[in-house]
Amino acid sequence: MKNLLSLLSLLVIVIVLAVIPLFGLRALVQDLFMVLCLLVLAFNWNLLAGFAGLVSVGQQLFVGVGAYTMFAAAILWGLDPLTGGIIGGLVAMALAAPVAFFVFRLNGAYFAIGTWAVAEIARLSFSQWRALGGGTGTALPRGAARDMPGVQFLRDVLGVSPAAAVDMLTYWLALGLVVAMLAASWIFLRSRMGLGLQAVRDNPVAARSVGVDPVRLKALVFLLTAFATGLCGALIFIQTGRVSPDAAFSVIDWTAFVIFIVVIGGIGTLPGPIVGVLVFYGLQRLLSDYGTVYLIVLGLIGIVVMLFARRGLWGGFTQWTGFDLLPLEHAPPKRPEPGSRRET
Amino acid sequence: MIWLDTLIQGLLLGGLYALFAAGLSLVFGIMRLVNLAHGDLIVLGAYLILGIGTALGLNPFVAALIALPVMFLLGWLLQTVLLNRVLGDDILPPLLVTFGLSVVIQNALLEQFSADSRKLPVGPIEADSITFGTLNVGVMPLITFASAILVILCLNWIFYRTALGRAFRATSDDAVTAQLMGIRPRRVFALATGIALVVATIAALYLGARANFDPSIGPARLLYAFEAVIIGGLGSLWGTLIGGLVIGVAQAFGAALNPEWQILAGHIAFVLILLVRPRGLFPRAYD
Repeated sequence: MKNLLSLLSLLVIVIVLAVIPLFGLRALVQDLFMVLCLLVLAFNWNLLAGFAGLVSVGQQLFVGVGAYTMFAAAILWGLDPLTGGIIGGLVAMALAAPVAFFVFRLNGAYFAIGTWAVAEIARLSFSQWRALGGGTGTALPRGAARDMPGVQFLRDVLGVSPAAAVDMLTYWLALGLVVAMLAASWIFLRSRMGLGLQAVRDNPVAARSVGVDPVRLKALVFLLTAFATGLCGALIFIQTGRVSPDAAFSVIDWTAFVIFIVVIGGIGTLPGPIVGVLVFYGLQRLLSDYGTVYLIVLGLIGIVVMLFARRGLWGGFTQWTGFDLLPLEHAPPKRPEPGSRRET
Repeated sequence: MIWLDTLIQGLLLGGLYALFAAGLSLVFGIMRLVNLAHGDLIVLGAYLILGIGTALGLNPFVAALIALPVMFLLGWLLQTVLLNRVLGDDILPPLLVTFGLSVVIQNALLEQFSADSRKLPVGPIEADSITFGTLNVGVMPLITFASAILVILCLNWIFYRTALGRAFRATSDDAVTAQLMGIRPRRVFALATGIALVVATIAALYLGARANFDPSIGPARLLYAFEAVIIGGLGSLWGTLIGGLVIGVAQAFGAALNPEWQILAGHIAFVLILLVRPRGLFPRAYD
């Protein structure tokens, strides 16, 4: 019953978010688009660090590869950007395999630095790709975004300008990605594999003793999050329309912000990133007149959360109230009634 | 001959990277703490030297002498107030706290000093060079390299020949047993971070004297430094020096082939070495 109520309230929120573009607020739609994309990245990083114990500082690798593959598809191979974005996700996942081969040999802090170094290698290598503008980057060909499937349909039905239609389409795709990510995470984490993963996080030795293979599970999570991160990266840069190595492989934009969002919201909890992204967006708006001050505040909040409330805002909230929006636990099996005999 | 020249330049550059890395190596070896703010603390040190030098009209070398105790105190405070609270089996809290610290320092410097690049005015010595046969070697890079060797020698002396060093090694190997012998790990850690920031200040002096710096360059220095530490192996200070030299030489040869490949070559050398030896070249401690 409680689960049903949670699902219903989430559904209402999604519907409200989905109708926002129909009221025309383009600036708000663009803002929310970025918030939704950061949320997708945060869900992914949370799966890695909060559930699989893989503290990566190199997720910008997959954002950048997804974005660059999409641009290559649009510019060099003449595909439409949406198809390019899906290829971007797949290429990111394919790249994750050799990267995993390297970084999975490293533990803890070495893993963090290893992923970061790989992302830097990618950034520097992509700035050598002359066909895509080298170090200065390049823009999508004129009209490429407008030729995406669905844009013409939106223009006909809603009578909006092409640019507004592109904004709407990317916004709805981002919203769809958020919903898909949330649903997939929830199903995965409650599945046999997800429970194994959490068991490994809580006690690796005990988990292995009951037959959980940590490396296989972690590699699976690494590959799947690479796919979703790549997909999201491509989507971000379809909307931006311009790509450059520094923007696509930015450790601040695609990893630092995301880490703070997850930590402040509550690492290792499913709704945590949602809370975190709201705090992030609120701070950004509130302090937008003071330059980089919001980054300083963000860093300080992150430090305070780690010192005094390690479970983050959402983790603290569930601990305090006992209410969890998306519980990952299964209900314990019913005890047999005293006196009744178990059937054999 | 050009290759020999490149090799020498690379080794001298490696000395600077070893200086970046030495403090990090000490802290990482003793308490397994990954200080992601190390690069930004070096940049902070450079601004401190610049500020002291400008305010008192001193040469950066003299200003650095005043900055050393200040930075030691900062390190001691940082460890006592902040980092000691998050040390533990879980590596995530220290990683995230130092990451937050990195962002805070970087942006606070940006607010204070703007994004303009600065340089420490060391005077005419900057352009001096010594000629060995056909090789021309800059005096500043030579002093940097000599300082790196000296710093590693000093740290090794502290580490292996003093009571403090014994406490360092004991806490590194087994903090609980060290506690039974009357060592207070938290105090030891505070001293270690203080010393690490002293080394960081020396690194800051040469960073600022040899090239321009601005608030945003910290993370890249951190990455070079960490790569040097990992290549060298956990807890080995000479290993860290070798690691710095490897990165420096790789960068020099990369730059000789194509100026755009300098940084790339350093990172690739790091990945290649770790593929062959995932624990680095000379690991002292195991964990």
